[in-house]
Amino acid sequence: MPSDVLKVEIQRGSLEASHTETFEVPAYDNQTVLDVVSWVQQNTDPTLSYRFACRVGMCGSCAMMVNGVPRWTCRTHISKVLDGNKVNIAPLRNLPVIKDLVVDMDPFFDKWVEAEGVHHGTLTRHDPIAAIDEESAARKTANAGIECINCSVCYAACDTVTGNEDYMGPAALQRAWTLLNDAKDEGRNAILDAVSGNGGCHNCHSMGSCTTYCPNELDPMSAIAGLKRETTKRFFGRGL
Amino acid sequence: MGGDLRMNVAKGITGRAHPLWIAYILHRLSGLALALFLPLHFWVLAMAMTNPAKLDGFLDMTDAGVIKLAEFGLVFLLAIHLFGGLRLMAMEWLPWSPPQKNLAAASLAASLLLAVLFFLQVI
Amino acid sequence: MLDVRLYMAQRITALLMAPLVLGHIAVMIYAVQGGLSAAEILGRTQGSVLWFLFYGTFVVAVSIHGAIGVRTVLYEWGGIKGMLLSVISIALGLGLFVLGARAVWAVTFA
Repeated sequence: MPSDVLKVEIQRGSLEASHTETFEVPAYDNQTVLDVVSWVQQNTDPTLSYRFACRVGMCGSCAMMVNGVPRWTCRTHISKVLDGNKVNIAPLRNLPVIKDLVVDMDPFFDKWVEAEGVHHGTLTRHDPIAAIDEESAARKTANAGIECINCSVCYAACDTVTGNEDYMGPAALQRAWTLLNDAKDEGRNAILDAVSGNGGCHNCHSMGSCTTYCPNELDPMSAIAGLKRETTKRFFGRGL
Repeated sequence: MGGDLRMNVAKGITGRAHPLWIAYILHRLSGLALALFLPLHFWVLAMAMTNPAKLDGFLDMTDAGVIKLAEFGLVFLLAIHLFGGLRLMAMEWLPWSPPQKNLAAASLAASLLLAVLFFLQVI
Repeated sequence: MLDVRLYMAQRITALLMAPLVLGHIAVMIYAVQGGLSAAEILGRTQGSVLWFLFYGTFVVAVSIHGAIGVRTVLYEWGGIKGMLLSVISIALGLGLFVLGARAVWAVTFA
């Protein structure tokens, strides 16, 4: 039984022509931000566009800016973000807005590929399965970053991404790092070349918003530091 | 792009003022301040050959309290920038864990502060 | 917009300057005892090859380091890019170097 009314500000339109609309939404006991957005679309304004899929914190589709902070809206209880009875919801930062709360994920995935975040394998189906030592330091390092589900929260949180359109961003660079540490991957030089250019790891200022806001508790900042270490080693190796 | 950026920075400060972000912004602002200060510093020092009397005039001003405060500010900015930078480089190039590096940087800064205070008999 | 070479130049000049900055602060603390004067400064630095090398290195390093640092800020916060950005950055670096070299010369061998 709703006992309160929430004042929900939602950004509408596209990035070039956006405006904020305020909706009144009844408060319920177990309500996530996604529940709030869904309520608006189902009861007030069916033209509101937004994305979600699993609604249980596994797919990352529902990521949005909530009071200026990128979050998974399905895993954000509304009570945690209310300012009085107000909340502000906007599309993810740093990505082109298609409509309302829906952003174009293409730049994010393009940069994923640009950072060589693709498996560089040499074995064929006729070769035996590669034996991987799960306890090796490199494997543990790789494992620390492979749970990324490409939700783009880190990309939206990063101020360097905002200021530098070439910058590949934390997710893409973290993936490159996991492949660098993957014994099955043979693309070491390709990866290091890819992350040494104008949009590469050296643009990271280690402000750590990526690690702070990753809903999967990953640490892209440290992954990028690892890339810096490896490119530095290669730099001096070449020079010697 | 520039104006949008400033809006974003200002609007987002409340949302993302976590410790490492603050370290980043302090490092950037201290660097900018030092970059602005340096040309003035070089200009005044060069007066040793172009106008020694004027240099002495400037140096006499350093007795003033407000100048001493400014000097302290500059050394402070320099220390922030230097230790922030060393912390960054330790994080990037050394295989220590992040908490160990932060602790190392903090203790280094603290020990320098103590050493400086010990030798500082000016004010 | 920083590739691996600009990054290395930035980091290496930073490491180079760490001991120089500490040395400079130490000298400053010593020098300000009992007030500053041109005569006192010059008495220490004039004709000295050592101070020339110390501050000369400092000026070269800071010109590179400062120019690259400001370049990053101009790009990320000012939106300046391409040829214009490179021209301004190089001008800054050269400007700092010329002013700094003048200052070093002024207090050593002028």
